[in-house]
Amino acid sequence: MTAYLLKRLAIAIATLVLASMVVFAVLEVLPGDPARLMLGLNASADQVELLRNQMGLNAPLGLRYLRWAGGLLSLDFGRSYTYSVPVIDLVRERLAVSLPLALIALALSTIIAIPVGLFSASRRGRAGDTVAMGAAQLGVAVPNFWFALMLIYVFAVWLRLVPAGGFPGWGAGVWPALKSLLLPAVALALPQAAILARVTRSALIEVLNEDYIRTARAKGLPYRAVLWRHALRNAMIPVLTILGLQFAFLLAGTIIIENVFYLPGLGRLVFQAITQRDLIVVESVVMLLVAAVIAVNLVVDLSYAVVDPRLRSRQ
Amino acid sequence: MTLHIDIPEETFSGILAKAFRNSAFVAGFVVTLLILAMAIASYAWTPYDVTRLVISDKTQAPSLAHWFGTDHFGRDILSMVMVGARNSIAVALVAVGIGMGVGVPLGAFAAARGGLVDEALMRLNDLVFAFPALLSAIMITAIFGPGAVNAIIAIGIFNIPVFARVARAGALAIWPREFILAARAAGKSSTQITVEHVLPNIATLLLVQGTIQFALGILAEAGLSYLGLGAQPPMPSWGRMLFDAQTRMVVAPWMAIFPGMAIVVTVLGLNLLGDGIADILDPKSRRQR
Repeated sequence: MTAYLLKRLAIAIATLVLASMVVFAVLEVLPGDPARLMLGLNASADQVELLRNQMGLNAPLGLRYLRWAGGLLSLDFGRSYTYSVPVIDLVRERLAVSLPLALIALALSTIIAIPVGLFSASRRGRAGDTVAMGAAQLGVAVPNFWFALMLIYVFAVWLRLVPAGGFPGWGAGVWPALKSLLLPAVALALPQAAILARVTRSALIEVLNEDYIRTARAKGLPYRAVLWRHALRNAMIPVLTILGLQFAFLLAGTIIIENVFYLPGLGRLVFQAITQRDLIVVESVVMLLVAAVIAVNLVVDLSYAVVDPRLRSRQ
Repeated sequence: MTLHIDIPEETFSGILAKAFRNSAFVAGFVVTLLILAMAIASYAWTPYDVTRLVISDKTQAPSLAHWFGTDHFGRDILSMVMVGARNSIAVALVAVGIGMGVGVPLGAFAAARGGLVDEALMRLNDLVFAFPALLSAIMITAIFGPGAVNAIIAIGIFNIPVFARVARAGALAIWPREFILAARAAGKSSTQITVEHVLPNIATLLLVQGTIQFALGILAEAGLSYLGLGAQPPMPSWGRMLFDAQTRMVVAPWMAIFPGMAIVVTVLGLNLLGDGIADILDPKSRRQR
């Protein structure tokens, strides 16, 4: 167990370090001089050079990487070139929108998908299963931003139940803020729920074919108890894997969805920062997202050990 | 040690007969063929010229003259959807080609070699998977500039680890089989064995993954062009059409409905096709369904 934990942890850290090198290297080759960008086109070459020295941009590559990576570790991300505020403040502000959005979407997707998967697997081949899986097949094919547009049309333009976009901020009260996150969360969640329902169903069906399920039934356990206690638990590994992968999808999905709904979140921040060549913001947000994905995958790896006792005893 | 039961070799006509009894395959095949035909037909004929702006016809509702209505420049939406199909299909297809072309040899090589080479490749896979694909695609198109070619590269790069992983897993299952042992005993090199015995045996797996990645590529391309990073105007693309539609939802909802439906139908068709192929050629998956 400890060996398994340590190995996963070591891999996660190594991946994170490599990823930070990739991000740093990629942004090194991006065109555009931050000092020139900050001073404007009228600045003289001397002024630009002076600022470059002040910003440490003329230091050797390795040193600049270490400074940047060290800054990340101490949550000092540097200052945004375009907003002229510390990046950490920007990130904190935007995270208050994106994190609740991603979490609501993940919760919605799980709450919808697991029961649908259970329902379908236990009625395999019957009408209910066909309808549910047909809907899931359709859900997988729907681009979330188009779904978002349709939701806006029905619920914001036509029924006027929720705002079509924008975010009042948490200061305006929890309910108005939640209300403006509702449609984006649904738009993000439904296509993911479709995938998750399909995975849950096929994992369950595989498990239901196992001998121990027949044994459990044979010893007189009711079908419902077998489904929930034995089958679902054993089908959790593929489901957890997909959940982990979906978190990465959800984070990336916020980039488009936040643009559709004009939400001031992390995704919109990084998209705008890329178009404005605000490299330090891009670097920080990308690293944050990558770290989140790696952390979630690590948690998924560790939860395998909780779900599957065989992994706990194996060296 | 796993037990392998030899399944009698199926004849081509046998597979074909099975294919036409599989409703998912038939539906997927017909839809995919129709979309392809539409894209090809658009080179020769579209109801209207997609580059001609007729401002007097702007944002007209669907009618007999314009089945899908017109956009804010008076262009015919049906014609634009037809031409947009070309772009979506080309981007997704070439991206699958890149993914397969690089990923499959990598995965097969890792499986054949094992040990450190395999471990290194899998860690590299972890690295790529740590980056949310769309985020990296946005970064790549931001570096090299927006456009269809860069969208292909961005999507193609993310197909590489997917195919590497599938090819490796498939090849690892083939390597312990008896006929590989026989080939080895006959003195064949691991490259020869990979090409002559392993790849043909994982071709189905790769074909199924290919249709899935094709479908995902269509969705990714739509996302990128929605953000303005895909094909540039005046070339119509489904994602860009949805972007143009967004601010005009109240006056012209058809501008959003039809390009979106085109994406859904295409992706649905490809997914059904993939499911169908998996069903027909893999007896194990049939048992599970």
